[in-house]
Amino acid sequence: MTGQAVEPEIGRARLRKEDARLITGQTNWTDNIQVAGLLHLAILRSPMAHARVTRVDVSPALERPGVFAAFSGADLAEGLGSLPCAWPVTEDIVLPEHPPIAVDEVRYAGDPVAVVAARDRYAAADALEAIEVDYEPLPPVLDLEAALADGAPLVHADKGTNRCYTWPLATGESFEAVRERAEVTLRRRYHQQRLIPNAMEPRAVVVTPLAASGEYTVYSATQIPHILRIMLSAVTGVPEHKLRVIAPDVGGGFGSKLQVYGEEALALAVARRLGRPVKWTESRSEGYLATHHGRGMIQDVEIAATREGRLLGLKVDLTADMGAYLMLVTPGIPILGAFMYPAIYKMDSYAFTCTGVFTTRTPTDAYRGAGRPEATFAIERIMDDLAHELGLDPIELRRRNWIRHEEFPYTTIAGLTYDTGDYESATDKALALFGYDDLRAEQRGRAERGDTVRLGIGVSTFTEMCGLAPSRVLRDLRYGAGGWEAASIRMLPTGTVEVVTGTSPHGQGHVTCWSQIAADVLGVPFEDVEVVHGDTKAAPQGMDTYGSRSLTVGGEAVHRAAVKVVDKARKVAAHLLEASEQDLEFQAGVFSVRGSPEARKTIQEIALETFMAHNLPDGVEPTINAESLVDPENFSYPHGTHLCAVEVDTETGKTEIRKYVCVDDVGHVVNPMIVEGQVHGGLAQGIAQALYEEAVYDDEGNLVSGTMADYLVPSAADLPEFVTDRTETPAASNSMGVKGVGEAGTIASTPAVVNAVVDALRPLGVDDVRMPCAPHRVWQAVRAARSGRAAEPAGTGPAQSGQSGQAAQGGDIGQYGDTGSSGDTGSSGKEGPA
Amino acid sequence: MTHITVKVDGTTYEDDVEPRLLLVHYLRDRLGLTGTPIGCDTSNCGACTVELDGASAKSCSVLAVQADGCEVTTVQGLAKDGEWTRLQRAFHERHALQCGYCTPGMLMAARDLLRENPHPGAEEVRHALEGNLCRCTGYQNIVHAVLAAAGQQVAEEATA
Repeated sequence: MTGQAVEPEIGRARLRKEDARLITGQTNWTDNIQVAGLLHLAILRSPMAHARVTRVDVSPALERPGVFAAFSGADLAEGLGSLPCAWPVTEDIVLPEHPPIAVDEVRYAGDPVAVVAARDRYAAADALEAIEVDYEPLPPVLDLEAALADGAPLVHADKGTNRCYTWPLATGESFEAVRERAEVTLRRRYHQQRLIPNAMEPRAVVVTPLAASGEYTVYSATQIPHILRIMLSAVTGVPEHKLRVIAPDVGGGFGSKLQVYGEEALALAVARRLGRPVKWTESRSEGYLATHHGRGMIQDVEIAATREGRLLGLKVDLTADMGAYLMLVTPGIPILGAFMYPAIYKMDSYAFTCTGVFTTRTPTDAYRGAGRPEATFAIERIMDDLAHELGLDPIELRRRNWIRHEEFPYTTIAGLTYDTGDYESATDKALALFGYDDLRAEQRGRAERGDTVRLGIGVSTFTEMCGLAPSRVLRDLRYGAGGWEAASIRMLPTGTVEVVTGTSPHGQGHVTCWSQIAADVLGVPFEDVEVVHGDTKAAPQGMDTYGSRSLTVGGEAVHRAAVKVVDKARKVAAHLLEASEQDLEFQAGVFSVRGSPEARKTIQEIALETFMAHNLPDGVEPTINAESLVDPENFSYPHGTHLCAVEVDTETGKTEIRKYVCVDDVGHVVNPMIVEGQVHGGLAQGIAQALYEEAVYDDEGNLVSGTMADYLVPSAADLPEFVTDRTETPAASNSMGVKGVGEAGTIASTPAVVNAVVDALRPLGVDDVRMPCAPHRVWQAVRAARSGRAAEPAGTGPAQSGQSGQAAQGGDIGQYGDTGSSGDTGSSGKEGPA
Repeated sequence: MTHITVKVDGTTYEDDVEPRLLLVHYLRDRLGLTGTPIGCDTSNCGACTVELDGASAKSCSVLAVQADGCEVTTVQGLAKDGEWTRLQRAFHERHALQCGYCTPGMLMAARDLLRENPHPGAEEVRHALEGNLCRCTGYQNIVHAVLAAAGQQVAEEATA
């Protein structure tokens, strides 16, 4: 043992234990794994969005040097089940079959049709060229609204419809009633473009079989080794106890590795078939087709208010692009947002429906925030629009409607109970850091001077629900699993400590933070704690990492397990010190007898004594190890105020972020350095949606933004320096008072940026710019506003999308809906714009 | 097959390679130097950046045969006798990495920048790292780390 901890660990900006390996290249990415006899897989993918596959001949590939085997979908179909969808959100949801490799029909460009196993990755890739496939083209299904019309071509002909589900929620007064008594209503249509998650590590999987005993180890770049094990067993028929899944070093996920992928099942199937270890690693461009996408929704939003700016009700009709198949939680993503549209505001009525629609595109699923960024975008955008309509400052409109700090716990119109929050403090702090009044004055000055570079200020006062999740709530939402998390603590005889966690980190710093939590409770040095994770053999119980759940559920489990260790150790200490448990104090890892400080035992000494087991109290088992499974009682509700100032060049359309200030409230923090890093990264991804990124398809369903050269992941030069700060309103739903932080920045920032862009251009008559607010879109918006919208032919407006052929004539390719910018917004406001 | 001689992280290797073999695959698959990762196939992400005869290069965009007779330094060759470089220390101290996948490339690109411009400003750092993508950090701490390694004053974070 090396002594006791002296300073509290929780709240300390500990440098990360993870870094040493990562900055010296001693990494264990899945693609690094080399084993004797390893075969490399390459996958032939459909070049068409939708087609019948009438012939696949893999035999010419077998003639190529170094090729060991090649399979069509039909060759592998036996024993390979459908990929799972764990979240059938309604009873009558349409659940199509999803073979890991297509057998007779492909439904998106990138759908796998054949697989080759060869001695190295070059030989495998070469052999793909030799495979012969005949396709009979079928019509692509791309426009969400057209897909729902009678007679539309079908993605899954056997289902008779492209409608996957319709999920309603209505609470409070009827929306029609509040609309009737409202003095102002606004209707808006917002577009959530498709995004590609872009974890920096491409997906990879290695399967090593012990063929004789039918045992398989699957290494995968996954966020969910535990869930993957269960699901791979179900898909392939390999019994669960014969499967070990390891998530080695995983290079980011952002939801994209919260998935059970066809390639994982294929690799296992081929390894089983050949009795050889196999590896598959996607190229980035392949991943753009085959790794699930995020967002992809049309949002029709209507808000009703009094003229004084009191909200009366909100109505949201979502149309969500499922893509071609339902993957692990595809249908549930928009539903995660369903409860968040009312956000931090009080109102009398809320009506929500979501219609999921199949298209012939890459399936969608979780991407950082998953449903909640979309909800926050819609409500925060329309709040800024409403403030403008009412002639109110956007901050003032929010003040008039948000839940005041003394009103917590507060049950929202959507039925969630927010445990704690202080929107006033976070906002006041953000306004001061931002210099709000000065920037408003500069904005007015530029507008008065007719400056070609305008200033705009965007506001986003967000909250979100995370920390997934209370199991009973998941049951009510028809999710196919619970939301608990597991941790156990092993007190080793030599005084060091192993924490075993069911969370599966891929950049979040769990090793550091869980060490801090355990060290804090146990009173042992931070350095003496190691964290075991990401291996179903070493950390057998877990629900893995997503939905900003790891700290509030998994960290809480570590905390509770550590408290149990202390409780067990107390019994042994009392026995050894010949004192009653009540007379023992425990501080900084030392049990001492009240009143006689020389009578003391460290927790490490207790661990050793317990291991020796020579002198334990009667009936006490020789262990002070403990485990805890935590099923949270509520979600976690981080919140904050984000303010963005942009400079928009009205002549070039270029937007520059002048200042970005955010004050987040994530409760107590375990490691402020890591929390700030999470916020930074979240901001970058939210800003990227606002300004840069879009998965663009042409009107035949080809992914046009198909490489990293065509899809703008922002670089350091594209992003500003952020000013971040925090308020600390402890959560009431866990013992440490912590809240989730992983998704907060992404959820909050997108509307702050777009609100700022629109705010800059409002004096020019612009009331919306569709994301991403790239220069051409901004420029078109300004031009359309200047020339008068009525005169603008359909197809050239900034919010124009429609079928891409038409929109492309306007220099823009979009996907979702075909509505002109003037036709998709409505206002019955009895006051004109301020 | 082409015969090449390459010195990588101080060790000389002689190998016969296919002319089309990428340097990054040579490093990873033939030499087992897996510290240099691959993040894309269009030379956009910079994860595979190494030093090739004293200048940074994206090893996915160089053929192994082009490295014949050259000296290559990878992230695995930076630390000497277990002693990290100033950049490595600064990345650790400034929390400039999360998942760490982009880190080898970031370190190599930043090293190249500091060789050419030992005292860059924040904007210069941002532009110099334009060819290296990170999806985790939002870049702020990477920029601060590079400035700190260059001995520049870096504002402490505003975090409470």
